[in-house]
Amino acid sequence: MSLARPENGFRLDHLLVSEMVEPGSRVLDVGCGDGALLELLTTRRGVDARGIELSRDGVSACVARGLSVIQGDADTDLADYPDDAFDYVILSQTIQATRNPRIVLENMLRIGRRAIVSFPNFGHWRIRALLAVTGRMPVTRNLHYSWYDTPNIHFCTIRDFVSLCDEVGATVERAVALGPSGKKVGVTAPWWFWNMFGEQGVFLLRRGRD
Amino acid sequence: MSGTTSRDTADLWKAALVEIERPSSPVARFSAAESLAMDGGASLGPWQLAYQTYGTLNADRTNAVLICHALTGDQHVANVHPVTGKRGWWETMVGPGRPIDTDRYFVICANVIGGCLGSTGPASTDPSTGRAYGLSFPVVTIRDMVRAQAALVDRLGIDTLFCVAGGSMGGMQVLQWAALYPDRVFSAMPIATAAKHSAQNIAFHEVGRQAVMADPDWRGGRYIDAGVRPTKGLAVARMGAHITYLSEAALHRKFGRELQAGHAPSFSFDAEFQVESYLRYQGVSFVERFDANSYLYVTRAMDYFDLAADYGGSLAAAFKGTKTRFCVVSFTSDWLFPTADSRAIVHALNAGGGPVSFVEIETDKGHDAFLLDIPELFATTRGFLDAAARARGI
Repeated sequence: MSLARPENGFRLDHLLVSEMVEPGSRVLDVGCGDGALLELLTTRRGVDARGIELSRDGVSACVARGLSVIQGDADTDLADYPDDAFDYVILSQTIQATRNPRIVLENMLRIGRRAIVSFPNFGHWRIRALLAVTGRMPVTRNLHYSWYDTPNIHFCTIRDFVSLCDEVGATVERAVALGPSGKKVGVTAPWWFWNMFGEQGVFLLRRGRD
Repeated sequence: MSGTTSRDTADLWKAALVEIERPSSPVARFSAAESLAMDGGASLGPWQLAYQTYGTLNADRTNAVLICHALTGDQHVANVHPVTGKRGWWETMVGPGRPIDTDRYFVICANVIGGCLGSTGPASTDPSTGRAYGLSFPVVTIRDMVRAQAALVDRLGIDTLFCVAGGSMGGMQVLQWAALYPDRVFSAMPIATAAKHSAQNIAFHEVGRQAVMADPDWRGGRYIDAGVRPTKGLAVARMGAHITYLSEAALHRKFGRELQAGHAPSFSFDAEFQVESYLRYQGVSFVERFDANSYLYVTRAMDYFDLAADYGGSLAAAFKGTKTRFCVVSFTSDWLFPTADSRAIVHALNAGGGPVSFVEIETDKGHDAFLLDIPELFATTRGFLDAAARARGI
């Protein structure tokens, strides 16, 4: 998606996610695409990595990389996983395309002890400005679909996501907002700043409250 | 059948009879002292398995791939069939440079116990009577087939198989191998299969068996003694089963409502529609090479298959703690072993923590797709095996 800016061939958001994962842990990547993040986690962090991917092409690419990936749908298939099966469940740039983001997030926190979620921030100033000025649904370089054909049916802002975490009883262990270049923005800045200037949010969540 | 159950068919069956007792394949013979303890309580011995191998076993004995054949398949995976003269049933998949690459792997395939191409089955001679076993042959299960294969693998001096692969009934054997001998299976590819045979599938099999048994030449299973064969019943069984291997879309694409003669209907019960002619051909060509009683036994083995039942009703328990790498494959138009059956296997493996990949391949070719030229199946198999071979160090 938005951060196709490679560093040594790896996307910056993938590198950020991989830093959040303890080496040697068990990881499920939901919506793992062609397996690039799973491969990064396997080679750099030595994790036992599994994936779920909707597209057949994606699954085939993963299998050819030697990854254990099943064809499936985050909305329907997470329910079949047992509790505590993984240390981390990752949802990278996918939550906005699920039919029921809340149930998906709850399942992630049930299956894994921790969840890592990255998503495009619909509160970014450019998107706000587009809606305010043109009066039409924003179409940007990164979110390039029209309202009628977009797979992204549940956009949220960083603040919306924070309140969802609160509703499902998750603790935000770490949160990072990334700017257009994939670099972190305002590491010590308040939420409103991230919500305005972050193109995407990356959250590390833990089940339960402090 | 139409009058084409002719001399040719009879000659071919003579060749098939020779294959039953003295197959052209290598044979692993097991004495009465090495009898096979079967699920039904019988002890079969002496017994034998006829098998084919392709490629070379490496010095570490780590590159062996066991192929498990389907209901009416046999050990002739990738060579010309000794009875029919046709190409091997999985030549598109197995061979030099193929996805299951015989330049890299040592490929083994054995005719199942209960089969009729050189492994001991109902058409074999019962040493205690000097006559063909017929229905006195003990009922066979998928687990019996797998135990027999394990004895062969032992005989070949192989401890761990690099991969066990197969479609349909072959896939059932793959699952049974992984459950029964988890430490002997490094990777597994169950294709277009299920962990249990469905009520609908048992029903189809029963129709086939009743067709065989309704043929007056079946003679209560003693047709070999009488020098006759229930070819009509067996052909009807095959025709019915063959429909289940295809899909409505595939039949429509191949035949539509086209007439055989290509013009006006003749208002008769000849093979008027092309699809009828095709099915009749399938029936007639099948009886050339297959023993009717074997068909009863092998369909029965599939009916009895319910892997979870052996593990307290939990399929996950069957695979608990498995280290075997799985690649499960299904086909969108397969209504005999639908994707839901494969998903049940995948869920059980996930619950047991096993490493599993799953691909549902889009095709309109139905259950038979696993035998056909499906590039996505080849790409998946090649990718899975390449990665497993890297992990295995071969």
